[in-house]
Amino acid sequence: MKISVVVFPGSNCDHDVLHAYGLLGQEVQSIWHRENDLKKPDIVVLPGGFSHGDYLRTGALAKLSPVMPAIREFAERGGPVIGICNGFQILCETGLLPGVLLQNYRMKFLSQFVHFKVENTKTPWTKTLKKGQVITAPIAHGEGNYFTDPETLARLEGEGQVVFRYCSAAGIVDHSSSSSNPNGSMNSIAGICNSRGNVVGLMPHPERAIEKIVGWVGADSGRAMFESSVAA
Amino acid sequence: MRAQVFVRLKPGVLDVQGKAIERGLAENDFSAITNIRVGKLIEFDVAATNADKAHQIVESVCQKLLANTIIENYEIKLG
Repeated sequence: MKISVVVFPGSNCDHDVLHAYGLLGQEVQSIWHRENDLKKPDIVVLPGGFSHGDYLRTGALAKLSPVMPAIREFAERGGPVIGICNGFQILCETGLLPGVLLQNYRMKFLSQFVHFKVENTKTPWTKTLKKGQVITAPIAHGEGNYFTDPETLARLEGEGQVVFRYCSAAGIVDHSSSSSNPNGSMNSIAGICNSRGNVVGLMPHPERAIEKIVGWVGADSGRAMFESSVAA
Repeated sequence: MRAQVFVRLKPGVLDVQGKAIERGLAENDFSAITNIRVGKLIEFDVAATNADKAHQIVESVCQKLLANTIIENYEIKLG
């Protein structure tokens, strides 16, 4: 498959994503944000980082980038799009995903490992995973506190659009626990999808958890997400 | 024409900056100050033939970029 990774000024996880898909033998290409052609991808990735310096609001200025109309069109045609960390913030700002990522409720930038469980197995990145499967991966963000209005939250929950939820290592969800839900997200939401399921956003970095060589427990547990997205 | 846009978090939306400032002040003998909310003031020039046109332009830039209306309100002042 052909994977297009969109690079904004300030993106810093694009190479991790290129590496992740490269490991799986996929054809990868970087797309600079000033381009207006995604170069016929099968999958589009908006990587993590601090696009446009996070000025104004995280992800806000990226929605004005020349590449955005092509991303919107690809997503509206049903093309698989994933936003990781800053990519998730961008998808929310563009309206391709509902809600917004507020500053972490305890004010700190969080750079640590988290556990999150798979709640929806119908998206490209979760279709070969098991419901309840726990993935361990790093987070690195100041604004990851998922927030939306009560009606949207009810719709997300009702329609199964919550794809990933923060949990303990054992898979226990506790919204009020700062260890299992460190940024204070509503309903411990770590990732969501659009109603069609082709656009996915999450705050944790599965692309940093694809090889055992990095040494921590569950170090390659994010790999299954990338494998899923390229599986038939 | 000069425009000022005030962007404020909606009531009830967590404002961690406000809380941090409030806590800092309370620890420094300013406990008389409570309910701090931090917003943004954005100022710029608008090229428009009259105030209505200017207001229209500023309104659309607020909707498109300057405020995220899920969490923020905005107020426009011209002149």
